[in-house]
Formats: sequence, structure tokens, C-alpha cells
Amino acid sequence: MSDSNHMVTIYMMGKKQRVPADLTIMKAMEYAGHQFRRGAGCRGGFCGACATVYRKKGSYKLQGALACQKIVEDGMIIAQIPFSPQEKVTYKINDLKAEANTFLEYYPEIARCLACNTCTKACPQDIMVMDYVQAALRGDITQAAKLSFDCLGCGLCAMRCPAEIVPYNIGQLARRLESKYIEGPTEHVLKRCQEVKEGKFDADIEEMKKMDKATLSKKYNTREMKIK
Amino acid sequence: MSDYTSSYPEYMQDSIRKVADKRASNLSSHGINAMTAEERQSILERFHPDWKPNMKRPIAIGPSKGMMVPNEVADIIEAHPVIKPSDIDLNHVDYDVDILIIGAGGAGLSAALLAQENGISVDQILMVQKLRLGDANSKMSQGGIQAADSPVDSPSIHYLDVIGGGHYANKPDLAEALVKDAPDVIRWHEELGVMYDKNPDGSMLEIAGGGTSRRRMHSCKDYTGLEITRVLVDEFINRGISNIEFTSAVDFIMDDKHQVAGAVLFDMETEEYHVAKAKSTVLATGGFGRLHIQGFATTNHYGATGDGIVMAYRTGAVLRDLDSTQYHPTGAAYPEQIVGQLATEKLRGRGALPVNKYGDLFVYHLEPRDIESSSYIRECYERNNGIVTPTGMRAVWLDTPMIEIVTGPGTIEREFAAMFRNFKKFGIDIRKEPILVFPTLHYQNGGVEINPNTETNIPGLFCAGEVCGGVHGKNRLMGNSQLDLYVFGRRAGKNAAERAKKVSVGKLTLAHLNRYERWLAEAGIKTDRKSPILLPEYRGKKTLEHKLNIL
Repeated sequence: MSDSNHMVTIYMMGKKQRVPADLTIMKAMEYAGHQFRRGAGCRGGFCGACATVYRKKGSYKLQGALACQKIVEDGMIIAQIPFSPQEKVTYKINDLKAEANTFLEYYPEIARCLACNTCTKACPQDIMVMDYVQAALRGDITQAAKLSFDCLGCGLCAMRCPAEIVPYNIGQLARRLESKYIEGPTEHVLKRCQEVKEGKFDADIEEMKKMDKATLSKKYNTREMKIK
Repeated sequence: MSDYTSSYPEYMQDSIRKVADKRASNLSSHGINAMTAEERQSILERFHPDWKPNMKRPIAIGPSKGMMVPNEVADIIEAHPVIKPSDIDLNHVDYDVDILIIGAGGAGLSAALLAQENGISVDQILMVQKLRLGDANSKMSQGGIQAADSPVDSPSIHYLDVIGGGHYANKPDLAEALVKDAPDVIRWHEELGVMYDKNPDGSMLEIAGGGTSRRRMHSCKDYTGLEITRVLVDEFINRGISNIEFTSAVDFIMDDKHQVAGAVLFDMETEEYHVAKAKSTVLATGGFGRLHIQGFATTNHYGATGDGIVMAYRTGAVLRDLDSTQYHPTGAAYPEQIVGQLATEKLRGRGALPVNKYGDLFVYHLEPRDIESSSYIRECYERNNGIVTPTGMRAVWLDTPMIEIVTGPGTIEREFAAMFRNFKKFGIDIRKEPILVFPTLHYQNGGVEINPNTETNIPGLFCAGEVCGGVHGKNRLMGNSQLDLYVFGRRAGKNAAERAKKVSVGKLTLAHLNRYERWLAEAGIKTDRKSPILLPEYRGKKTLEHKLNIL
């Protein structure tokens, strides 16, 4: 990595550190001697464990990022927010109905949405958070499911919302309703499950299980490829 | 986006132009043929990291003594337990449950849900995990999950792909369970509310993967693991199953009937030990990517430190197939911040072809992973046709702009939201420019041996997911680990529940740890290593280390 001569100064929870300029916030914190217990997960932008807020030098703006996806900048002031308090409503998915008022029934606080768009600005995934909260408020399950799909549940939107909504819980409910009740089960999957149950493939597989390696490998190497 | 400026260094621009110039002809050519069985064997032996001399050694102790494993794996096996039996008061039981589940990825979550469905009450199931609920490699899976549910496919064809891809080393019963349960796993997911990608007619959108003879990869954009995991987590919370985050198991507890009977837990935050007693214990701790075998960068989650194989081995559980390790062909090689991270195989499934620095094709793009990886290493190190990155890594191009030429504009943002976003954050638009890739440490092919009921040779110990060996033989195919989690996780939950209804636990003991110390002493192993290591070490200058030394 690095041209280690090229260093920048950052402030981790206020503490001044000199770190190589091309590190992500996560690696910069490790470079400075931290071993994460909380605040690190997949390290690749897929889990939302490393939610972080920062201010840049000379800017009043409080910005959010995933520590594993953001490169440090000179003068950056950084605080990790590895956890955001929230109470997920519990429900029995089989008892739900995909109806317009389902969201309001379980998360009535979405009616408090001010449409200020702060959640959207806070999202490190650039998701249109406010739009999906508003879709939920209108009862548009499909739209709420699709717009929220890339959500990692990092919690930054919930920490910034002036109406104290926890948007990612709304998105989760929307996606489950969309898949289970609107898209519904897939016919050819159900059909194949039935065939497996009836033992339709048992004889074929049993035969292969008993084959010697040479016969099996001949069968493998000459198998028909249908991937176009 | 005509105003797009390349973020690649100037010295790569000539090569990028060559790739672009040859894009049309590469796409219209018949491409490179798949290799013959002989060619495959030869390229593996010459270029696959598993075949590199001096990188493995036989395990010196225990039931699988003599089995060749990577040195990094032998190091954590040939190490002292973290705890001394005399320091733990087994008379003080903190948690007394029917089922203890260690690990909260796809396999652990599935086991918990199925244990509950099979009659164990939610306060008699305890899940522990050393990070957050749902934090695991499971969540990072991008490309998809295999299941032979289309009319042109069948579980028998899937079986043949699995066995051939695994070099005939798979345990046949496990491969059979994998392919036969697969359609029901997809059904189960949809019933819980997982949003799979569909065709306009409502059927599953299925694509090809390396080594698959049919299109059977189901995906949820390129956030497949994320989508499935978060649904399972949501359901887990809805059902109120007991759970402790930031708490790791460090060794199993056994009883005087030689059964596994729980585990010693370590609170990662308060650093206190706790005793958990259980009638059945499910080990679902995942793999070892964060051991950085041979210095390779890895796609793996922070917690993938191979804890499970160590703990299981100390009870006398048998290991298998740990001599083979999976290197995913397309790890990011540039920019530096994302080196080793995964560029999903789905990119190739949807039409991106690998090319060398001249823009020329050099391998069929959907070989099984070990073959595909070996050919990239050959292209870079024998033929010298790779690009050298600013940090000295060698790499080949994966020509991602081909995807939208083949499947139409908008495909990348729609189907590859994660890839598009994650590369864009570091300045690269994968619609406009190819990406640099090189094999990256991806998967632990082997592990603890199980049977189709997920039982090990030690009563009371069930295993599911990447910690197990035998399902994938010596090489796993794309989309079969995501499948493996749910197939064997569900079986573990069900079988652990059945056992818990029948057995009783005897007097608790940690005598097996004293036995392990004797094994170490008898083998003449003098070391201050301790395991499980729980977290990888990246502090200080270690942050900057990439000591990859290929040939």
C-alpha cells in the first residue's frame, strides 16, 4: 500500500493519529493499533457492521459511511457507531396480510415522517430511504421492497431520523411481504419438490453413488452442457 | 457517460484500450474451449496453490494424524487450548439448555429455526456468536445458490456436477443430500419471504456457474447471501429464540459418557468465561479464510478464523479434505483498498470474459474454480501476460463491459448493484472499464466429517456449513456453499432436536483438553501458540502486509 511516506492526520474519537493516506477508515484504525470486536464484520460492504460518522476539515456537514468502504482524508474526525438502539416489532409472517395498512399497524411511527430526506442523505449505500418509507406509508409494498433492497441495516438512517423512525425494519417487512404474498411461491420449484418427494431421481443418483471412479468420470466428462 | 475518466494509472491505459478494441471480436469468437480432463489435471498440478511444495504438513496429533493440511491450519491445530480445565468451574452452570448452537450464519440460523419447529422451546435453544447475529460469510455470498428446479435440470444432473467438480472425493451420501434437499430449500426461503430474482413470467431467473452443466444459480441481485441471511435473522428474532452476541465458544465441554455436552463460552467484551450445558451441540462456525493461507488475501468475513475445526478436533472428531483450499478466481486486485474482495462469479455467468494484458482470451470462462484460478496464475506467472499493479500484484482483466453488450443496458445496475456500488466507491465504473482480478482465498473445502444427519463421530456434536468436510470433495462449485448452509443447517436443527428429546447429560468434564495437552507433549510439540484465535491480527504494520509469494 502504499507509499507509506504519504501520511495524513485523522482524529479517531478526537484522538490524533498519523496514518497512510490510502487506507480505508477500518484499516486506518487497525494501523493505529485497534483490534475490532464490535464495528467490523465482512470488511467488504455487505454487512453494515462498521457504520461510521465523520466530519471533514472545514466542513460543517456530518456524514456517514461504512468504515470498510471509505478512504481517510486529511483532517477527518471519525466516530464509529457500531450499534443503534431499536426495537424490532415481532410478528408471525404466516399471519400477516399484504395490505396497505400492514406497515402502519406494526410501525405506526412512519406516519411521523417529515419527508425531510435526512435518512437518504445519511445512507452509505445511496438508497432512496425516504422514498421507501413514503412508499410504505402509502401501502405500496412492492415499491418499498424494491427501493430498500440494497439495505445493509447499518443503522445510520435511524440515527439521523428526526421522526425517530427505524427505516430498515420497514424495508425488511416490505421485502418479506413482497416475496411471500405478492410474488408468491414459484410453480416449477414446488413441482420439483414434489418429484423429489416421490423419489423420481433416487434410482439415477443411487446408480451414480455406486459407480467406480473411472465410469463416473467418463460420465462427467461427456455430460451434456446446456447453459446457453 | 462520455465524461467518464479512467481511474486506472496511465501505464495501464494502453492495455485497457487493447481490451476495448478486442471486445467485439472476443465476444463474437467461439472463445476458448473448456479443457480436457488431462489438461485440467496438468494445470492443477503446475499452478494451483494446493500443489505448491512445502505449504502443507501432516497433522502431528489426534484422530486425523498424518493428514496433510496447510501450515496455517496445522498451526492452530497444534496449539494449546486457551483455557486451563482447572480455571473453569463446571459445577457452576450458567446456561442449561437442550440445544446449543455455535455460530449465527446461514447454517446456525437454519438449525435454530428447525430445532424450534421440531419441538424444542425457544428458551431451550441457545445460539452464541462471537460477533453480531447474522455476521458471517453467509451474508457475503453474492452470486447465488444452486438448486436443480428447472424443467431442463434434475438433482441427478446436479449430483454429477458436484461430484465431478469435487474430483470424485465427495462423500456420496452428503452430495446426495445436498442436491435432493436443494429445491426444498428454495421453497422454504420463498415461504419465509426471500426475494429471488424472477423472469417476467414468474419463473426463477437462473444462470450458469463454473462447472455447472445447467443454468441453476438462483440469486437476489448480487446480494444473495445478505437477502437470505436477513430474512432468517428477522424470523429468528420473531420467534424469540435465545441468543447471545459477542460471545464465542472456546472449547467444548464433554461428559463422562464421552459425549459433547456444551461449551465454555467467552464474552468478547467483558472477557469472562461462562459454562453452557446442552444435550445437543451444533457447530456452525464457518471456515478459515482469515488465516490467510500462503499469504493470500481473502474474501472472507472478519470472524473466519477456523475456530470450529480446532474445538471439534480436541473432542476427537475426525477431519477430512482439509488438504484442499478454494481460491476464487476473481478476487479484486486493484485498487489496493479492496484487494482480495470478491468479484462475483455471476459476472462471468452473465457474460464477462477474462482477458490478458493484450486483451486476448486465454481460458474458458466457466471452468470449475480451481481450474479457472490455476489458469489465471499461469497467465500471470508463466506466460507473463498479466498487468502488474502499483503494489506489485499481478492480475488479469475481467472484461465487465461485455455484460451489457450481451444482456443489454441496465443489467449491471439491476443485477450487480453491489459490484457496481463497491467499485464505484473506489472510482471504477465496471460498465465502462474492465476490472483487475487475481485468485483470492475463498473457501475451506474440507472440515469436520459428518454423515447426512450432520452427526460427527462424537455423540452430541452436530456440524453444519463450511466447518464440515465431505460435501464438496476437493473443490466446491459456485452456489453450492450457500446451498450447503441451509441443507445441512436444517438437518442439524432437526436431528439435534430429536437427540435432545432422548438423551441425558452425565457429569461434565474438560478432561479431553488434558488429553490434548498430552498428545502435544508426546508429539514433541513445543509452542506458545493458543487456539482458537477468535480474531485475526491486523494491528499496526500488519495492516499493510501482503506477502503473497506465488511461485
